[in-house]
Amino acid sequence: MDALPPPSGLTRTTCPYCGVGCGVLAAPDGRIAGDTEHPANKGRLCSKGTALGETLDLPGRLLHPEVGGKRASWGAALDAVAEGFRKAQADLGRDGVALYVSGQLLTEDYYAANKLAKGFLGTANIDSNSRLCMASAVAAHKRAFGEDVVPGLYEDLEEAELVVLVGSNLAWCHPVLFQRIAAARAMRPNMRLVIVDPRRTPSAEGADLHLGIRPGSDVALFNALLAHLHDRGLADHSYVYAHTQGLDATLTAAHADAAHAAQRTGLDPADLATFVDWFASTPRTVTLWSQGINQSETGTDGANAIINCHLLTGRIGKPGAGPFSVTGQPNAMGGREVGALGHVLAGHLDWSVPGEADLVRGHWNAPNLAVGPGLKAVDLFRALGAGRIGALWVMATNPAVSLPEAEAARDAMRRAPFLVVSEVMRDTDTAGFAHVRLPALGWAEKDGTVTNSERVISRQRAFLPPPGEARQDWWIVAQVAARLGWGAEFAWPDAAAIFREHAALTGLGNNGTRAFDISGLADLSDADYAALPPTRWPVPAGGTAKPRFFADGAFPAGRARFVPVAHKPRPEGNGLLTLLTGRLRDQWHTMTRTGGVPRLMAHKPEPELVVHPADAGGLPDGSLARITGHEGASAVLRLRHDAGQRRGTAFAPMHWTAERAPAARINGTIPPVVDPVSAQPALKSARVALSAFAPAWHGFLIARRSLGPVVADWVALALAGPGLFRHELAGAEAPEDAFTRLSALLEELGTEWVRLDDPAAGLHRAALMRQGRAEAVLFIGPDHRLPPRDWLVGLLAGEGVASAAALLAGRPADGPPPSPTLCVCNGVSVDTVCRALRQGCGSVAAVGEATRAGTSCGSCRPEIAALLAADMVPA
Amino acid sequence: MRILVVGAGPAGTRCALRTAGRVPGAQVLLAGAEPALPYDRVALSKHLVGDLTQEALITHTLADLRAAGVSYRPGTRIERLDLTAREAITARGERIPYDRCVIATGSRSFRLPLPGADLPGVIAWRDLAESRQMLQVARDGGPAVVIGGGLLGLEAAVGLAARGMKVTVLHAVGWPMERQLDYDAGTLLANRLRARGLTIHMPAATVAIEGKERAEAVLLKSGERIPARLVAMCVGVRPNVDLAKVSGLEVARGIVADAAMHTSDPNVLAIGECAEVEGRLIGLVAPALEQAEIAAATIAGEAAIWAPRAESAALKVSGTHVWSGGEVAPANAEAVTLRAGESYRRLWWREGRLVGAVLYGDTSEAGFYQILIASGRPVASRADAALGQAYLKDAA
Repeated sequence: MDALPPPSGLTRTTCPYCGVGCGVLAAPDGRIAGDTEHPANKGRLCSKGTALGETLDLPGRLLHPEVGGKRASWGAALDAVAEGFRKAQADLGRDGVALYVSGQLLTEDYYAANKLAKGFLGTANIDSNSRLCMASAVAAHKRAFGEDVVPGLYEDLEEAELVVLVGSNLAWCHPVLFQRIAAARAMRPNMRLVIVDPRRTPSAEGADLHLGIRPGSDVALFNALLAHLHDRGLADHSYVYAHTQGLDATLTAAHADAAHAAQRTGLDPADLATFVDWFASTPRTVTLWSQGINQSETGTDGANAIINCHLLTGRIGKPGAGPFSVTGQPNAMGGREVGALGHVLAGHLDWSVPGEADLVRGHWNAPNLAVGPGLKAVDLFRALGAGRIGALWVMATNPAVSLPEAEAARDAMRRAPFLVVSEVMRDTDTAGFAHVRLPALGWAEKDGTVTNSERVISRQRAFLPPPGEARQDWWIVAQVAARLGWGAEFAWPDAAAIFREHAALTGLGNNGTRAFDISGLADLSDADYAALPPTRWPVPAGGTAKPRFFADGAFPAGRARFVPVAHKPRPEGNGLLTLLTGRLRDQWHTMTRTGGVPRLMAHKPEPELVVHPADAGGLPDGSLARITGHEGASAVLRLRHDAGQRRGTAFAPMHWTAERAPAARINGTIPPVVDPVSAQPALKSARVALSAFAPAWHGFLIARRSLGPVVADWVALALAGPGLFRHELAGAEAPEDAFTRLSALLEELGTEWVRLDDPAAGLHRAALMRQGRAEAVLFIGPDHRLPPRDWLVGLLAGEGVASAAALLAGRPADGPPPSPTLCVCNGVSVDTVCRALRQGCGSVAAVGEATRAGTSCGSCRPEIAALLAADMVPA
Repeated sequence: MRILVVGAGPAGTRCALRTAGRVPGAQVLLAGAEPALPYDRVALSKHLVGDLTQEALITHTLADLRAAGVSYRPGTRIERLDLTAREAITARGERIPYDRCVIATGSRSFRLPLPGADLPGVIAWRDLAESRQMLQVARDGGPAVVIGGGLLGLEAAVGLAARGMKVTVLHAVGWPMERQLDYDAGTLLANRLRARGLTIHMPAATVAIEGKERAEAVLLKSGERIPARLVAMCVGVRPNVDLAKVSGLEVARGIVADAAMHTSDPNVLAIGECAEVEGRLIGLVAPALEQAEIAAATIAGEAAIWAPRAESAALKVSGTHVWSGGEVAPANAEAVTLRAGESYRRLWWREGRLVGAVLYGDTSEAGFYQILIASGRPVASRADAALGQAYLKDAA
């Protein structure tokens, strides 16, 4: 059972980013390597994972408890939390309190929080940011299978002959899985990859087919597929007959869409036909989906539409075949397993199943167990805003940025009677509203387990000591519980004890009726827990563990259920764009971690809004544009033209916060529309108006200190190097006034400016010099056409020595034009790659040999492929 | 052909040498009013400050001139030309016949018509003899006043200060060298000179020079009285047109000449600061030398004409290089300014074209701006242009 011991000085742990759950070897000095022993990645890491060593010594950590913004002892802070919750329940009843937790928590932390809320506070008002991520996948699994189970394995992606990525920019969001697919395709050139996405994302580079589908029409697409499969006689009749129900009604609904599929999906009928042909003729097909399906008002239907096709063909739980939901967060699956969501109990137990609440009540010795489902994310914050929640505890997440109608959520937190935030970082947007801040351990310091998208439980192991007074989340929960009188029920000595309690619960009353069973791990010794290798569930105490589910038809529901789903048209036109939101390659969530790594910030150092050039309304590429959406809320981002963006849509990253770009937060524009089944917010459906943002001046400042995110009307602040800050700026004041004001903020004794002023043009450029070295450069101009920043960033990150003219030009005299970095790991610029292409490199691999680009983590390979494909490179 | 060149300044000397070299059988006589060999007037300030000996100012020795075919007569002031007889009449009454005469009498320093302006110790600095007078006074130190903050005045001030005098500069305008520098560059220069010990009053109006036997003080309109053992008057020059006037040549502000340097008399040419060529006066050595070349070509029978280039001036003041070209601080233009430490650059643009420039400190891009001004070529980015030729992507 023991894994191989890690190489000397290294600790075997798990990456804290996406739901792939890669194994990592880490050392206290920041050395990081992919774990070749881990089944998820077999040694691979993406750009973010590779840079984990640079996130260990972050400035801005929360190191001591704070009450009312002042440092407090743990005792005082925990007393305050207990008292706040006690008072809220006294005032408003059991359900007058809530917890809002996170897929960033370890399973043990998650378990403790869920137990406190449902078992002892007696409220199911605990929901997780996973609600924003994969609630629709959970709901679809439960509707179809009777339980939230991912049937397949990552290996299926390699063994498939057709992989369909639906609403998933896998290349950026789950890069290691994408690389595994890419490697498999390299071995087996006949293996096909189809991308279903309104955007031509990097994942579509090199794909066999890109279906640039109309947003929200996935149901129509898969209904058309279902009808086609059935009409061509490709149903697996024996499987359907033996193990499923509900096909007839489902087919009826599917045929209603199939007749209009091209029109409803906006796809070229020929492409549509190709897709259904390929799907029909390829038994080894995996359909993988992610937030493009889930974050929709029809997310659950979309996921069920996919599952329907796999049920019909019996392509489920077989090597190389199955529907596959991948999660966004490192431990979204763990949260699902412990039940830290408002609508489930714990351990895949449910109020709706008679007797299951009793199992939990007994296991926890919790007579006050919550009697039914609680509030889900959006409603939870609405209740907070309405005064129905008197105390809220937020753990390891940043809802001030990530929720829809974010302005209302912020307002609710600002007015909350009592808000507790457990955090690693002191100054997140959410922590700014907290009455009590509790310092939590970070990735390198905490100890426990996570579950990835293929049901593999992996250990996260501490390899650094706790900084300051930070403590692990489960300890904090237990301490509060003890102060509320439940010390005995939360008296765990360590994470292993919690894990055993959790594992034992999954076996209670489970005679094969619940797929999630890890009771075989309930008796792990501390040593076994410490050494636990990556372990896929189920691990029943008695029976045998099977790697995949449902090929045998053994569904928790008895029979799998076809779910009749129907396309629901969305509003279009009216001069509005549908705002698609998502992740960037090198960023994670609200940037509290990746934002501190300069080479990760270099990929997209400012918030960009991507639109098709024909939808830009004449606004030029590179200008600042405003989007206005929900209740007039707006955001301003740098506009990028991209012909790969579907007409009528726009794309914006969801990462930017008030800490870095207050005016570029997009979630205020998103209405609180949720999927009616899963309550997952539709974060990719907002209708926004595009307009010019026409400030009097545009500018940028690169300086050795940050002037903060409110130093101009529009700011995007990014760490550009160690102790080097890039500020993208714009404002309404006269350019000269802006220059005078900003330059005054930078001056120090012993510095002097070199400057270029064209006041009639509104152009001011200056470099602040100290003993011949540039300390800062400030460029202000009348429009967005400013020199590229890369050369200046590199210069200031290094010696900072250049002629005054070069500093003010933003480039060396007669030197090559600055070129942005493409390959973050090896520091290879776009220019260098283009040069290699011009010199005859005809493949991504050849470019790698010539320049090293794409040869480390590989996350940039799709972008290299895009350069290769595009005729951007004159012969 | 007998060629007489009147005036042994830089333009006259150049013209004499070129004519001797170009016109076969030419007999070239160069007549200078000063007693010395031809010398570099522009370098007088270096002599005053002590960087050059008097001997080092000499540009051509007698032997040089003779070897080049030029006869040189120093101390020979020409009083009048008899245009009809084609003879020049010297101060001593000697008549010098010529076939062609080139007038290169340069300019005279202007003496302000102030009470006391004729007192001993008031020197309108222009030539070597006056330099010697100033050096003599400076030997005893004490206060000096320089009236005029143009190039010559500042050079006088720096020179006298270097010779140990306590120097005050009085300038009528708010910043020095206003013809070459705009306000900001002038202010930089004034600050630099102040840091080196000069006192500068700007703007200042002088009403009188006081003294009994000799100059003792300068009285300002403000009532302030500044002691001065020496008053150097450097308030500009006027074309020296006396010879042309008495000889009956057409004279406006200068001696009227066409682009081939012909005056109103077909056998007489005029060049340099005394000449008004096509309505234009010049004040710098470079165009004067160009005119000398044109005159030599004209005498040689070649069809040469002088095409004035955009006005430009490359100067060095107290160790600081200064260059200006085109229009300085014109009213209806947009300015772009580059400031880096002790150097300053301001360019004036009109409708996308460079019309004037002032460079202070770093003048390495002067040639580039000279070409931009002369060509009137529009540029893609005036910010890039301000940074220099290497940064202007579309630069030729």
